Amino acid sequence: MGVGSGRLYAAVAAGGFRRYATYRVATAAGVFTNTVFGLILVYTYLALWDERPQLGGYDQAQAVTFVWLGQALLAALAIGGGGFEDELMERIRTGDIAVDLYRPADLQLWWLAADAGRAVFQLLGRGVVPFAFGSLFFPVALPREVSTWAAFLVAVGLGALVSFALRYLVALSAFWLMDGTGMLHMAWIAGLFCSGMLLPLNVFPGALGEVVRALPWSSLLQAPADVLLGEAAPLGTFVFQAAWAVALLAVGRLVQSAATRRVVVQGG
Amino acid sequence: MGGSGTMAGADTAGPGAAAFIELDGVEKVFDVRKKTGFLKRERRRVRAVDGLSFTVARGEMVGYIGPNGAGKSTTIKMLTGILTPSGGRLRVAGIDPSRERTRLAQRIGVVFGQRTTLWWDLPLIDSYRLMHRMYRIPDVRYRENLERCVELLQLGELLDVPVRQLSLGQRMRGDIAAALLHDPDVLYLDEPTIGLDVVSKAKVRGFLRDLNAERGTTVLLTTHDLQDIEQLCSRVMVIDHGRLVYDGPLAGLHEAGESERTLVVDLERELPPIEAPEPARVMRVEGPRQWLAFPASASAAGLVARIAAEYPLVDLSVREPDIESVIARMYAERTSA
Amino acid sequence: MAETAEASEAAGRAEPRGRVVEGLRAYRLIAAMWIRSTMAYRTSFVLTTFGNFAMTALDFVAILLMFSRVDALGGWSLGEVALLYGLSGISFGLADLAIGSMDRLGRRVRDGTLDTLLVRPAPMLAQVAADRFALRRLGRVTQGLLVLGYALVVVDVDWTVAKLLLMPVMLLGGAGIFAAVFVAAGAFQFVAQDASEVANAFTYGGMTMLQYPPTVFALDLVRGVTFVVPLAFVNWLPACFVLDRPYPLDLPGWVAFAPPLVAVACGALAGLAWRAGLRSYRSTGS
Repeated sequence: MGVGSGRLYAAVAAGGFRRYATYRVATAAGVFTNTVFGLILVYTYLALWDERPQLGGYDQAQAVTFVWLGQALLAALAIGGGGFEDELMERIRTGDIAVDLYRPADLQLWWLAADAGRAVFQLLGRGVVPFAFGSLFFPVALPREVSTWAAFLVAVGLGALVSFALRYLVALSAFWLMDGTGMLHMAWIAGLFCSGMLLPLNVFPGALGEVVRALPWSSLLQAPADVLLGEAAPLGTFVFQAAWAVALLAVGRLVQSAATRRVVVQGG
Repeated sequence: MGGSGTMAGADTAGPGAAAFIELDGVEKVFDVRKKTGFLKRERRRVRAVDGLSFTVARGEMVGYIGPNGAGKSTTIKMLTGILTPSGGRLRVAGIDPSRERTRLAQRIGVVFGQRTTLWWDLPLIDSYRLMHRMYRIPDVRYRENLERCVELLQLGELLDVPVRQLSLGQRMRGDIAAALLHDPDVLYLDEPTIGLDVVSKAKVRGFLRDLNAERGTTVLLTTHDLQDIEQLCSRVMVIDHGRLVYDGPLAGLHEAGESERTLVVDLERELPPIEAPEPARVMRVEGPRQWLAFPASASAAGLVARIAAEYPLVDLSVREPDIESVIARMYAERTSA
Repeated sequence: MAETAEASEAAGRAEPRGRVVEGLRAYRLIAAMWIRSTMAYRTSFVLTTFGNFAMTALDFVAILLMFSRVDALGGWSLGEVALLYGLSGISFGLADLAIGSMDRLGRRVRDGTLDTLLVRPAPMLAQVAADRFALRRLGRVTQGLLVLGYALVVVDVDWTVAKLLLMPVMLLGGAGIFAAVFVAAGAFQFVAQDASEVANAFTYGGMTMLQYPPTVFALDLVRGVTFVVPLAFVNWLPACFVLDRPYPLDLPGWVAFAPPLVAVACGALAGLAWRAGLRSYRSTGS
């Protein structure tokens, strides 16, 4: 892969960014909805931490920060779905995928680039406002050091990579299931529950907590949050996230080549 | 066929029965907001249909053509009750479409060329069963109409196939049948042959011709394909900028804009422009390929024979004039006259 | 021939009662088609149904996990919160089952497929409401029923006739209120096609909020869901009556019985919004 293909994927990513940027009304609607959900969640967390201060090792301000972080990352990391996977599944279902396979580009990298563009836009377009709203009107715990913020952004980036790898696998299931909606739903559920979106993973009791924190979904929200809140060492977190990303992307490649053989056999 | 030859709603005779579709000074004005800057937006009023008046008699078959954005689909949407006119008077079978949308729906059939109304994941027959019940078609009529459509549109083997597995042409035939099961008095067709292969086009056209001849169904069709009009419509209406600019037989339209066909010639190598006999002439040369224009009324045979005899010919094809070019020429002649 | 003419007459008659009957008939026909469509992909149907159930179940698991660490939330016990949860889930689930695809309206406006519905001899609201009818949404209703059952076993309610009667009344009233919100959100999409997500704030957001006690939230928020978007009538106020708890905002006791009235009023307003939205679509075509 040379400079030329690097440029190709950069263009694909820019396209992904622009594509979502055109829907201003939808973005505004999403910001509104994220803010409302943040409001609802933040009051339940406040009540929870009122009852048990230091629950899961967080103080109240950290818990509040976690809520708004969740709303800020929900769309960007497609925790509840909403990325490229619907489109890829539709292309597989209609057979248009055959066209993609003849493109002089790698299927996985192509979609990764497009999804990265989308993620960056949604982090800026949909994440910043709810987070700023939360920080203004509720007591939050934000770090002062630039290095922590930088480490946080790295963790978000790795989280996006893991999120992509997971959704890519789900989307490829459409090669075997005629209609992948069911898989999609299951993936969203796993994403919402195991990422900490419904409840921070450090609040989960005992062995259950141990298990969910070891699963790949904890890379999406829990890991970046703990880096930002100073509850986890950045390097260890990066290694954990990167390990899952590499493993899942590799599985994705294996599945992809199996699926491609299938398409070739079927003649598209 | 059923042999009965009766038409539903034939009992609504009376004043206006001769003019089945009536438009009198119909207007449709849209407010269009256009982005002029990052946040700035400009409001502009667009007259999509501007004082349109015409009548169509029962049993007529009319081609309704015009360039994109001329107001064709806006007119059809008003005729089917989807859009409310901004002004003027409009009646279909004596009904004001926008005020009595559901009553009108029983009397009309609509085929949207690009959008199927069939159920994607279900066998074709299931869509028809839904029509049967939704339109409250009496059982006998439903069976007769379905049989007729299945026979003439050759749908027999497709009835149990999920719609998603049908080809474009098969789906179009399926859509046309779906629009006719309730014996509509009028059939609106929006680009019924777009994207179809030659065989499918012929099947669709043949069916429409028979439908009109045997049942007296009034047909209004929009199309970009001049052959649709040539083979089906005795009358053509051309709309542009929301106004009717031509209403008459197709022959008149050809006269109004003497149309030309194009002969595309691929030679063995790059050569100077072919010296073609009058009135044919070379329009364009690009490497070994040359484009020649000749009158639509003339035969291509003589021209082809002549070129083949005198030049190293590799391949050639004839392109029919499209509606855009006919209309464009019509304008050109008008302004020069 | 006479029969066809008669049928078209019958369908065209514009009596309000006739419209409702026509609408329900069309709804049934279209919903049946969607059920058949989903059955074309059985694996996916099973997975999505299970997924729907699991999703809502995990939602409740999160609450159970919270209560594994605390004994009460905003002064309400687990059983009481479960009661709120069950009531909210069933009401929302019923409305979602009936007309949950209203958020697809914006897409239909954008891609022009709404026009194909407008040439059918059936009321538009019925056609849009039945769009993508999905039995998998029964998953949420089932889960809500299970949680409600659990709550009724755990919570010590001092049952009276009034309280017993109130249970089904509030479930149906609540479903009506949520349905009105769905319709209003649909009407809004005629104007702003891309804004379907705003509806989620009121539907899914509202349902989530109602799962927790009113004492948890800021007063302004409680006022908002009582007087502006009256979701408090779905379960908060009737549940306060059943549990003999003080009402939020010092509201009078009879409000617990108001859900059906509130549902009718919301339905009427949503209906007007729908008509205005449809009229604007038919005059602008966008």
